[in-house]
Amino acid sequence: MALPISYNLRNLRQRPLSTLATALGVALVVAVLIGALALAAGFQAALVETGSPANAMVLRVGADGEISSSVTRDAAAILRALPDVAAGPDGRPLLSQDMVVLTNLDRRGQPGSSNVTVRGIDPAGLTLRPDVRIVEGRMFTAGTDEVIVGHRLPRRFADTELGDRLRFNQREFTVVGHFEAGGSAFESEIWGDNAVLMPALDRETFQSVTFRMRDPARLAQLERQLEADPRLGVQVQSERAFYAAQSQLLATVIRLAGILVTLVMAVGAIFGAMNTMFAAVDARTREIGVLLTLGFSPGAVMLSFVIESVLLALAGGALGCLLALPVNGITTGTTNWSSFSELAFSFRVTPAALVAGMVFAAAMGLVGGLLPARRAARQPLAASLRAK
Amino acid sequence: MSLFSLVLVNLGRNKLRTALTALSVVVALFLFCSLRGVLDTLDAAIKVGSEARLVTRNAISLIFPLPPAYRERLAAQPGVKTVSWGNWFGGRDPVDPGDFYAQFAVDAATYFPIYASDIDLILADRPQGPGMVPAGVDPKLAAFFEDRTGCVVGEKLFRRKGWRLGQTVTVSGTIFPGTWPFVIRAVYRAKDPAFGEEALLFHWKYLEEKGMGGSGLVGWYVLELADPAAAGRVSRAVDALYENSAAATRTETERAFQAGFVSMYGNVPFLIGLIGFAVVFAILLVAANTMMMAARERTGEHAVLKTLGFDDRTLFLLVLAEGALLTFGAGLAGSLLAKLVLEGSGFNAGGLLPPMTVSWGTVAAGIAIAVFMGAVSGLFPAVRAARLQIVEALRKVD
Repeated sequence: MALPISYNLRNLRQRPLSTLATALGVALVVAVLIGALALAAGFQAALVETGSPANAMVLRVGADGEISSSVTRDAAAILRALPDVAAGPDGRPLLSQDMVVLTNLDRRGQPGSSNVTVRGIDPAGLTLRPDVRIVEGRMFTAGTDEVIVGHRLPRRFADTELGDRLRFNQREFTVVGHFEAGGSAFESEIWGDNAVLMPALDRETFQSVTFRMRDPARLAQLERQLEADPRLGVQVQSERAFYAAQSQLLATVIRLAGILVTLVMAVGAIFGAMNTMFAAVDARTREIGVLLTLGFSPGAVMLSFVIESVLLALAGGALGCLLALPVNGITTGTTNWSSFSELAFSFRVTPAALVAGMVFAAAMGLVGGLLPARRAARQPLAASLRAK
Repeated sequence: MSLFSLVLVNLGRNKLRTALTALSVVVALFLFCSLRGVLDTLDAAIKVGSEARLVTRNAISLIFPLPPAYRERLAAQPGVKTVSWGNWFGGRDPVDPGDFYAQFAVDAATYFPIYASDIDLILADRPQGPGMVPAGVDPKLAAFFEDRTGCVVGEKLFRRKGWRLGQTVTVSGTIFPGTWPFVIRAVYRAKDPAFGEEALLFHWKYLEEKGMGGSGLVGWYVLELADPAAAGRVSRAVDALYENSAAATRTETERAFQAGFVSMYGNVPFLIGLIGFAVVFAILLVAANTMMMAARERTGEHAVLKTLGFDDRTLFLLVLAEGALLTFGAGLAGSLLAKLVLEGSGFNAGGLLPPMTVSWGTVAAGIAIAVFMGAVSGLFPAVRAARLQIVEALRKVD
């Protein structure tokens, strides 16, 4: 017969201070784990949510990002004439030939600088990305020296407030608006008219061509058709797949580093949990003797102590989840080495991360409780009853 | 029996508990010092690079090239001794695209003399011809100069990939499309950590002919100065020279240029520091808890010691010393372990960072934190022991 769980709960309440300290230790480990997972999730979400699966993106074959790509005007013209390109409300093809370059901006309020993506688009570029919405100021006017800036940049970089001027070679561009784009990577970019930006930046080719597909189900065929065309020399994928691939490397690094740190940290916390449970077993030597005398099997006693330890850890896990929740939404940023430019994104505490935290806590309790529980179950009956 | 041996005996009373506490502190300090070590490495990365050399690049960003014509005017600037230049190649290993390493196209005849003091050539192929090299170049590079497609690779990269001298390695270009074969003609070891040992250097001329159609665009120029003190003046003069030209420049010391890459990590260093403190705080709680448990169990014993004539002060110190000694030993072990493991690993983020270091300052900080942890954890039980009423404690029956 198993011991009731209420017995374990009462035991934990018996030693509130030590229970609390152990639970807090577990809580911090779980909080760090969830924080790291939230960081990776936020980073990945920013890139995965960039672009639409209905858009196809064309880059030069072999390019591993937009900045190393180059699509000639001739190739872009061929793409423009494809029957697979959907038409906009005005009857013109829904296709944007993007110029993508990096500009090195000084950080705001601290020394140092970092690269920021500058994107020159066609008028259709905004229709293609309906998430883009001006939150402050206004849209740039085509044909002028005006740019709009992703709303995550002004807090991180100098010269990106409304009315500020950004200089590219001999031309100065005025920031006229801030935009948001559904939390995507576009929010860390500077956008303007490619017809003005390209001559100013001395660019002759586009870096990518993005278009709305008339039938997104035809992507695979389109891919084969365009990649086989010797006039183009391009690779084709869905816009969403492109950005998801851009997040792969860094998200994996963040996740692995986070898990590594938490694993090592967990070893320390498990030692702590073991200490608490050993102390609990020692303090209850006589009690355990009584339980065994009453006919509870050693297995039941052992199980009971393991359950107690897991309960303790779960309480810590729950506390850790609570501790980690406030990081949700905090904005941070780093260079995505896949695009060589800064990406600002928000921590995202996902339900999956919380579940992972609780599972991890339970595992810590299990590992920490096994040895003490075994000691409890193996106590020689006569000696334990004689103990103080 | 001296007070110190009494502390030791007390620690040995519950060996399992002492071991577990010590181990948790070792783990905490190992992690703390490892994380601080990453920050130390980033800190070290902004201090590498020469201050006697300037780097001139396009003012917009590194991805924009500079015209080849800048070369002569830069060399003519007062205070500039020699000018060299290079380009980022950005190729991938076609077999294992995930295994990244840097490739640079450099103007070998000027580049190697400028960096002669930073590298040692440890392996070199034998030249086929007369073995002529340009003035100021190490004669060991003769085979490299004979071969248009020759390359010089860093020792670490060379060993990691298991390459041989004379072997042809193939790189697929991302910026400069196509398949690029390079023949390994020499291997270098970096004397200055800034240089890195994971790079492949090849002839800029080869890149220009095969990849740029002879347009000769330059990624960046390196200016060697006659007098490092003139760095500020020369860089201002260079940038002023090109301020109103088609490609404006940004000139800074090589050290500042390297530091720019560290700044690109954004908030990452801050987050790493934060995690370091979370680790320490978590284990502090655990250790404090254990020490309090240990002290509570010994209430009776402390009363006996007091009866024997130990005064409050001595008892206070006795309990405090027990915690401090335990955490000091564990902290020392954990911090040193971090230094050994991290520096032994030689990890350098694929050549993007200097090799990992854990500074002695970090080790000292780790030990100090450990001792502080021990003292704080011991404080509560120590005060309790000192204030103990003998009669009360001895009367108590468990």
